[in-house]
Amino acid sequence: MSLDIILIILIPLLPLLAFVIQGFFGRRLPRGGDWVSLIGIGLALILSLRLFAQAITAYDPLWQIPLESFVWLDLNVTRISVGLLVDNITVIMLVVVTLVSSLVHLYSTGYMHGDPRYSRFFGFLGIFSFSMLGLVLVDNFLLLYVFWELVGLSSYLLIGFWYEKNSAAAACKKAFLVNRVGDLGFFVGIMIVFWHLGAFDYDSVYEGVANGTLSGGWLTAAGLCLFCGAIGKSAQFPLHVWLPDAMEGPTPVSALIHAATMVAAGVYMVTRMFPILTPDALVVISYIGAITAILGATIAVAQNDIKRVLAYSTISQLGYMIMGLGVGAYVAGFFHLMTHAAFKACLFLGSGSVIHAMHHVYHHSDKDPQDMRNMGGLKLKMPLTFLTFLLATVALSGVPFTSGFLSKDAILAGALGYGVFADPKHFLIPLLGFAAAGLTAFYMFRLIFMTFYGEPDEKKVVEEAHESPRVMTVPLVVLAALSLWIFYAWNPLGGEGWFHHLVQVPEKGLLKVNAHHAQPIGVSVGAEVLASGGEHDPAHQAHYPAMVLSLIVAGLGIFIAYKKYYNRRAEMIAQENGWLENSVLYRALYNKWYFDEFYEATFIRAILVGRMALNWFDSRVVDGIVNFAATFTRGISYVEGLFDTYVVDGLVNGVASVIVRSGASLRRIQTGRLQTYIVLVMAGILVLMLIRMI
Amino acid sequence: MIVLEHFLVVAAMLFCLGLLAVVTRRNAITVLMGVELILNAANLNLVAFSRYSDTQINGQVFAVFVIVLAAAEAAVALAIVLNIYRNYQMVNVDRMDSLSG
Repeated sequence: MSLDIILIILIPLLPLLAFVIQGFFGRRLPRGGDWVSLIGIGLALILSLRLFAQAITAYDPLWQIPLESFVWLDLNVTRISVGLLVDNITVIMLVVVTLVSSLVHLYSTGYMHGDPRYSRFFGFLGIFSFSMLGLVLVDNFLLLYVFWELVGLSSYLLIGFWYEKNSAAAACKKAFLVNRVGDLGFFVGIMIVFWHLGAFDYDSVYEGVANGTLSGGWLTAAGLCLFCGAIGKSAQFPLHVWLPDAMEGPTPVSALIHAATMVAAGVYMVTRMFPILTPDALVVISYIGAITAILGATIAVAQNDIKRVLAYSTISQLGYMIMGLGVGAYVAGFFHLMTHAAFKACLFLGSGSVIHAMHHVYHHSDKDPQDMRNMGGLKLKMPLTFLTFLLATVALSGVPFTSGFLSKDAILAGALGYGVFADPKHFLIPLLGFAAAGLTAFYMFRLIFMTFYGEPDEKKVVEEAHESPRVMTVPLVVLAALSLWIFYAWNPLGGEGWFHHLVQVPEKGLLKVNAHHAQPIGVSVGAEVLASGGEHDPAHQAHYPAMVLSLIVAGLGIFIAYKKYYNRRAEMIAQENGWLENSVLYRALYNKWYFDEFYEATFIRAILVGRMALNWFDSRVVDGIVNFAATFTRGISYVEGLFDTYVVDGLVNGVASVIVRSGASLRRIQTGRLQTYIVLVMAGILVLMLIRMI
Repeated sequence: MIVLEHFLVVAAMLFCLGLLAVVTRRNAITVLMGVELILNAANLNLVAFSRYSDTQINGQVFAVFVIVLAAAEAAVALAIVLNIYRNYQMVNVDRMDSLSG
């Protein structure tokens, strides 16, 4: 094993080691052992950056570290090999995960300070980092599934970290169960692939799809089933309901898991399987993405809890990424994953900073420290938080000179090119996309204005709030800086930087140029576009219209937010918007389109009814059968017992007593007197002689 | 003229007397005496058959052997009887029935 491989394997193992140390010795270490976790994840970050430097130096879209996979299971008919895959996508994911994770670790030393389960928290962060890094490093669907579940487990543990709160305990259960629904589809998808191709690793799957071993309806089914996993993990419609509830976890967790990394796992998975997605599957995926984007954006508009706004915003942005991949804007979708990870983590950590301050203010009051209506005017008291938050908000809204503009614009251009220029019957996709973009700008600035501007209802908010400690603001600054365009491209208005060079649509699977069946590529407009990269492709045509349109909707959103919320006190807003808040639409938005109620009334009710039916079946039919069998057996045994006692034992005893009696009568012959014997012997001889004579 | 049959009849009578003594007597010593009679009846037969056939003196030699054996037998048997007497203070064969079933 060369040093290279060891250094790669160490990336996920270091956080795992930190987890083990925290698990066994965390409480006994000085400072709760947070430095162990920090060192572990910090080293992982350095190792990831080393790989990133290699990738940048190579500057080759096909760059890959050749790693041998080993046979894990030999079934004679098929061999299941597992291994690692390190290419540009992996390296970028590694850097994103380790960077956000390190910053969240650092931030947590401040945020979680004084928590009774301080070291356990860092342990959980460690196992999450391990699972997430493993997830992006593996080269096959089987291990991907394993790490996928591990990530789900760590998410469960971290959401329910404050399990004394009923809401947190319920939220972690909900997250786990909803994810299970998606994971079931994911597993079925993997099984379809394995059934047809007999392999799990990406390369074999691409190869099998390229030469037509797996094609047609089964391929579409496989793609959609695999996508089910992404629906669950990336909180896509209709399984998005768990993500807002997951905000019950500590805020650093929300930033790490439910904004930047874990929810991006679904997008990463779709990126990986992009070459095997048929046009039919892509259409479904893009619609799901577009619906999720608009759904999240509309709900976020009506929420008052600062973290919930961000949660729905995350759902909406994940919808964007999925939509981008669905319409064939492969690079843009993955690019948005990366840029979004930075600024959304910044937003969540910033909200954590605000909540931290509000906790201090409302320590002895029953007011909700997460409710934006209780905030206001924090701009001057928390300048660093405010500035970083503003920068990330601007990036999320898609204002030029930010990373969000670059990635979001590319997705919208792809959507526009797909839905207008290439295939006008899908006009709904770009429409929903642009509407969501406008709403995003609106609700984010609504959040900014309600939190940092104006005057709070209670004066003490401004008086008592204070900036968070250095360990919490440094990550904010780093992440906010990464929201600038300069790290991704020189041209702030949509230039293509290193990212677009390193990540390109892989010419594998269905996208292979001389694939067995070239036909689907022609249908898959977006994919073909990016594969050919020609001048006249729809995405290229759509570039400038999309940029102008997105600027207009973003500006409009910011403007409306400014008019409605700038420097307004909460009660004024309530007065002005009273008519609005009583409207049906607003109530529907406030109640998240009644998704939870709908699921409650249908699926959960159905399960409960089914449970009762099964309970009846169990207690009556199954138990009846079992009890009857038991009674029947007892009866049989009784009869058998009688037979045994009287017939079998009787025979044995009878034989014995016959022998005893015959023995008793025969023993009389043996008198023990020699003279008797002699008489008998002589008598015998006489008899013999008589017989002889006759 | 004395012929073989005379000897045989005498020997048979002797044998019967000996057997009678062995079967009916209660005293172990008397039983042994009966055994001696039986042995001597056999000896008489051996000598008689030898005398009235052309087998030279084989019968006589056999008789001598039997006499020697009878002496040995008497020695052993008397020793056994002596030991029985030591253990039970009697030599009644009727009561020596510890092998009875």
